[in-house]
Amino acid sequence: MKRYTIFVITENFIGILNRITIIFTRRGINIDALTASESRIEGIHRITIEVTASEDTVIQLVNQIEKIIDVIKAFYHEDDGVVYQEIALYKIPVSKLDGGLEKIIRQHNAKIIAAEPEFVVLELSGHKEQTQELLEILKGYGLLEFARSGRVAIAKRMHTIDSYVK
Amino acid sequence: MKDLMIRGADVVVRTLIEENAEIIFGYPGGAIMPVYDALYDYHDQIKHVLTRHEQGAIHAAQGYARVSGKVGVCLATSGPGATNLITGLADALIDSTPLVCITGQVAAHLLGTDAFQETDVVGMSMPCTKWNIQVRTVEEIAPAIAKAFFIARSGRPGPVLIDITKNAQTDFGEFNYVPCLGFRSYKTKIEINKSDIQKAAEMIDAAERPYVLYGQGVVLGKAEEEFKAFLDKSGIPAASTLLGSGALPQDHPSYVGKLGMHGNYAPNILTNQCDVLIAVGMRFDDRVTGDVKRYAKQAKIIHLELDPAEINKTIRCHHSVLGDCKDSLSLLTEAVAAKSHHEWLEKFRELEREEDAAVVKHDITPTKVGLTMGEVIYQVNQYKADDAVLVTDVGQHQMIAWRYFNYKKSRTQVTSGGLGTMGFALPAALGAQMFDFSRQVICVVGDGGIQMTIQEFGTIMQTKAPVKIILLNNNYLGMVRQWQQMFFDKRYSFTELDNPEFVKIAEAYGIKSQKISDRSDLNEAIEDMLIHDGPYFLEVVVEKEDNVFPMIATGCSVEEVRLS
Repeated sequence: MKRYTIFVITENFIGILNRITIIFTRRGINIDALTASESRIEGIHRITIEVTASEDTVIQLVNQIEKIIDVIKAFYHEDDGVVYQEIALYKIPVSKLDGGLEKIIRQHNAKIIAAEPEFVVLELSGHKEQTQELLEILKGYGLLEFARSGRVAIAKRMHTIDSYVK
Repeated sequence: MKDLMIRGADVVVRTLIEENAEIIFGYPGGAIMPVYDALYDYHDQIKHVLTRHEQGAIHAAQGYARVSGKVGVCLATSGPGATNLITGLADALIDSTPLVCITGQVAAHLLGTDAFQETDVVGMSMPCTKWNIQVRTVEEIAPAIAKAFFIARSGRPGPVLIDITKNAQTDFGEFNYVPCLGFRSYKTKIEINKSDIQKAAEMIDAAERPYVLYGQGVVLGKAEEEFKAFLDKSGIPAASTLLGSGALPQDHPSYVGKLGMHGNYAPNILTNQCDVLIAVGMRFDDRVTGDVKRYAKQAKIIHLELDPAEINKTIRCHHSVLGDCKDSLSLLTEAVAAKSHHEWLEKFRELEREEDAAVVKHDITPTKVGLTMGEVIYQVNQYKADDAVLVTDVGQHQMIAWRYFNYKKSRTQVTSGGLGTMGFALPAALGAQMFDFSRQVICVVGDGGIQMTIQEFGTIMQTKAPVKIILLNNNYLGMVRQWQQMFFDKRYSFTELDNPEFVKIAEAYGIKSQKISDRSDLNEAIEDMLIHDGPYFLEVVVEKEDNVFPMIATGCSVEEVRLS
């Protein structure tokens, strides 16, 4: 079992996400994270799926995803084949702000992106390990809410989606 | 401009006509009524068969598609009409049958409001369709149907569903039909890689005991001639899957029998003795492979397959040739050396004789008083036409009919393979017959399965489709009972049936019928049935507790196939 990133390049078709997730559900495989967005090319979407599985399973998943009529291409990478980033937001009560917290924000390169009379929202981008580390620390500062995105990722190999989109 | 505008419902019907649909199997209801209204105007250009249940409609469309090689078309209303199609969709998907199913849907403004007969059929049918779409405006209708036909029949065929809201059917628009010839996300044509062919040919030429397994891909790819040419030149023994039967005439010298759980003895055992296994258009279903950990481990496996997702899915192959087998087989025939494999073929014949002595003799020339299913099918062979279509349901009779029916032509095998849908046979036989009234369509069905869709007697009555129905009645859900006998200590839990007088039911529908239980009546009854001009129902009372052998029990290896 390893962590893999599956990229799906697809037409923007109603229900496509459903068709993709069914493939995981049917095999009893949990999706660790999923993000979808429009790609560089108008009308074409890219979906990034993070999954923990054996390579054999991932190959089966990718083959089945690619079989979906509106999917243009699907491929998978191990973690070292992709550059990826996640974003995390932390809501902290203003009452807990002190010098210690300022130091933590600096050390982790986090940003304050919103300040309200009762709370501030910190933002940190990075790998899960980094955002998780900050989460553990901020639990000591009365953390009110926490949200983390799925990974957005770009493959390292020099290959663009244009060749599939003709 | 205004007079060029037509109703969405007319767009539906005219698009179907443009796509060369000759016949629709369907059932009307509220949300599809505009389309039915349009059909009234086009009845001279497109036929419609009113079944007695939507499941009957879709199985009929499947039977039609399997025999004709065309796309089967099915029409149903929203809600329960649509949900009644689901079994047929799942069946068609797993057996790669091209269908276009059109369902009515509540008006667009009512979607998501739990309106009367509203159901999310697009969501429900997603796992059992090759593609589906909801159409909410009149402009989208023709492009969606054109695309649906293209998807259903191209590549690996499959069922497609189009859900059309009622407003789209009643609104007016231009008739904007353009045939679909392809689109960027869907590659239908795979160029055969020449080096793949070369490598396959080298592996085959180096083999001492090569062995071909063929499936429905040969039929779907219309590659019967290419397949035969390949076997003629290479001299390799070939065995069929359930759905592959008919792709090769059974009197071909390379033909060695049938594969799988209730296939023949030799083809199963020798799977584990060949040195190169060539799989053509088949998908290594678990009913074929038995225990995959002990499946053909000694062999180098070559897989000729159109669907990339089938390569290495259950059985890891050493080499694959991706693409249409019509193309790959003709290239491979050129590339391989002409050979014969007499000694190797003789091994198949030797084991075949063992099966003859241990099983076939019992089935065909029984000593017991009660008739066997096997002797019925054997007698059917004596009288049937060469191109007779065999339509079967699911269970013991299906396996026996498959084992003993003499397949001589392609597209003569219609059965529910992958899904194992009881109730399939009667409507599928009707659909197969609707393609061609002059062709013999023989429906073999059990007393369990027939009662799942027996209402389609009504459709047979109304269409006068001359289907020949043979009910093999053992008053049991026979296959389940066999398993209970073998694996559940004969605890016959809910498998015995108190049956009605089937002949009376058939007669109530005006279908000529006969019931026999004596061996001495068998030949004449079958002859009478087959020469009868019109539908015919023959009930044959068979031995109550007969079993189907050979058998590979669940979890066993192909070489552990049992003769008793």
